[in-house]
Amino acid sequence: MKVVLEHLTKRFPSRNKKDKTEVVAVNDMSFEIPDGKLVGLLGPSGCGKSTVLNLICGLETPTEGRILFGEDDVTGLPPERRGVGLVFQNYALYPHLTVRQNILFPLQNLRGEQKLDKELMEEKALAAAKLVQIEQLMERKPSEMSGGQQQRVAIARALVKTPRVLLLDEPLSNLDARLRLQTREEIRRIQRETGVTTVFVTHDQEEAMSISDIIVVMKEGVLQQTGRPQEVYNDPANLFVAKFLGTPPINVFDGEVRGGTLYVGPDAVMELAGVADRPVTVGIRPEAFRVRDDGPLRCALETVEVMGRDTTIVSTHSALQGVSIRSVISAEYAEGVSGGEVRFYLKCAKVHLFDPESGERIRFTDAKAL
Amino acid sequence: MKNNGSKAWLYLLPAILFLGAFMVYPLVDVFVYSFEEGYNSASQSFFGTGWYNYGYVLRDEYFLQALKNTFLLVVITVPLSTGFALLISLALGSIKKLRELFQTIYFLPYVTNTLAVGLVFMILFKKTAYTEGLVNLVIHFFGGPSVDFINGPYWAKMFVLCFYTIWVVLPFKILILTSALASVRQDFYNAARLDATPKWRVFTRITLPMISPQLFYLIITGFIGAFKAYSDAVAIFGTDLNAAGMNTIVGYVYDMLYGNSGGWPSYASAAAILLFAIVLTITCVNLLVSRKHVYYV
Repeated sequence: MKVVLEHLTKRFPSRNKKDKTEVVAVNDMSFEIPDGKLVGLLGPSGCGKSTVLNLICGLETPTEGRILFGEDDVTGLPPERRGVGLVFQNYALYPHLTVRQNILFPLQNLRGEQKLDKELMEEKALAAAKLVQIEQLMERKPSEMSGGQQQRVAIARALVKTPRVLLLDEPLSNLDARLRLQTREEIRRIQRETGVTTVFVTHDQEEAMSISDIIVVMKEGVLQQTGRPQEVYNDPANLFVAKFLGTPPINVFDGEVRGGTLYVGPDAVMELAGVADRPVTVGIRPEAFRVRDDGPLRCALETVEVMGRDTTIVSTHSALQGVSIRSVISAEYAEGVSGGEVRFYLKCAKVHLFDPESGERIRFTDAKAL
Repeated sequence: MKNNGSKAWLYLLPAILFLGAFMVYPLVDVFVYSFEEGYNSASQSFFGTGWYNYGYVLRDEYFLQALKNTFLLVVITVPLSTGFALLISLALGSIKKLRELFQTIYFLPYVTNTLAVGLVFMILFKKTAYTEGLVNLVIHFFGGPSVDFINGPYWAKMFVLCFYTIWVVLPFKILILTSALASVRQDFYNAARLDATPKWRVFTRITLPMISPQLFYLIITGFIGAFKAYSDAVAIFGTDLNAAGMNTIVGYVYDMLYGNSGGWPSYASAAAILLFAIVLTITCVNLLVSRKHVYYV
């Protein structure tokens, strides 16, 4: 089921009675989720991504804008008639019911023509349990299971009524690091097997990047960029998106374009075209750095962290915004690095320019590293 | 570990001392008295030992009346007050405007002086030289005959007693249930809503199990409290409850000790032990039933 959001806005009245200003949680947001895709809604805490999720499932109604499932306008529909499955951040499994009863619960609510007989319900519940691989835990109570298992039950409960759209609110935030890796693969698998259009919310960019077909980056209620994870990473629309995606994060410098040459502080690092002379903010991905003895970017070396395949060189530069530069280098190239100064040349495709005021991307052409 | 054990006992000592002196010892004492025929507290003497006291009490019409009154009171007021409290708490939870005002209003009786409450009930129910009481005026308005609620037929008196009891115990129950309902996480309701759960099913399958510990607590304490009723009856019908036919078991015990027919500690003890046995039995039954139906987080 394709999901379309059109100019969606949600304003909450201020809680403070004297202060009448409204809180804009979601601001004029439009995007389209193609049928059967897994979409990661990504942004820092308080950016309105959970509100978007609540708007899609109907627990909140938008102040302005429309929501379409396929061709149906569901904006005015109450949540129970939208046919969505929601997995809550803390799972919200009914603690007094067993896994079986929890999964059966949505089916037992069906009335009229949709009403199922008992055997069919059991069959469907078992099928959902098998899909998430918890069929051997059917008689347990939620309190007798691990976080990961509860998560699976919650997904089974959301899927058992074959929803048109599956929504997951911070699905991995309550799991430990190892389980998180495992579970996100699991979510990917379940989504592939069922082919259900899925939206999940997360503040963890790595999580979103690793399993989403499409990521949607939000900041303070405003849509920043959508696209395939690698596209967004390689081609960020603004400084916020560039900073938000990637580990280690992008390195940001004060720079200037003068006469077709990009300067980072005093160092001329790149030749480029299509940008008039002006001050710029320079974002350089960690993997853009290449060590060279006569490289144009001169940095003060701090430490070299060797971690198996890759080596991270930690250094500083006078024009750097932030504490230190982290550059990821293949171990073989890092061997000669020691003491005092380390010099780099840059891979141009991994260098992005932004307006220092607005943070908007400044595009350039014909880049050539010096 | 041994050292810790003695420390623990030291810390427990004050509580054990007080409980022992004022709870356990009297209970044992009463138990002993109940088997001593014609015990006299002044001379500390008695004629013999045996079941005679129990035989007497169980054949005493006043005791049987008190037993009947107490049972009726329990059977009527506990379910009704708990049910009303639940309904009112649900209503309070579902309104947004003026919720705090209503919460305060419903809690007011809890902090109201017993005398003031008694006065209100006089105005409502008591016949005087000047008026027949507010309730009778209402009955007249609808064309019914006068009912003497204080000195009249048994059902009328029982009605007033039950009404009074329910009214007095309601605020506390509402307080407990309101907070219990508020502590049920909104997520559960949202999840149920997304699954198109009918309202009644949300109530029986989610709300009730979630508040069952508090509900169960109210039912148990309600039973115990109603079995121990006495002062409410006195507030309405005066101290001579036997004459009014509205005595309770505790009232019977009190009368046997200090009332007009007082000075019978042996009979009082036997009655008290009987009450103890009844309350214990009912509480055990309650606990057994609750195992199946109460869900603890």
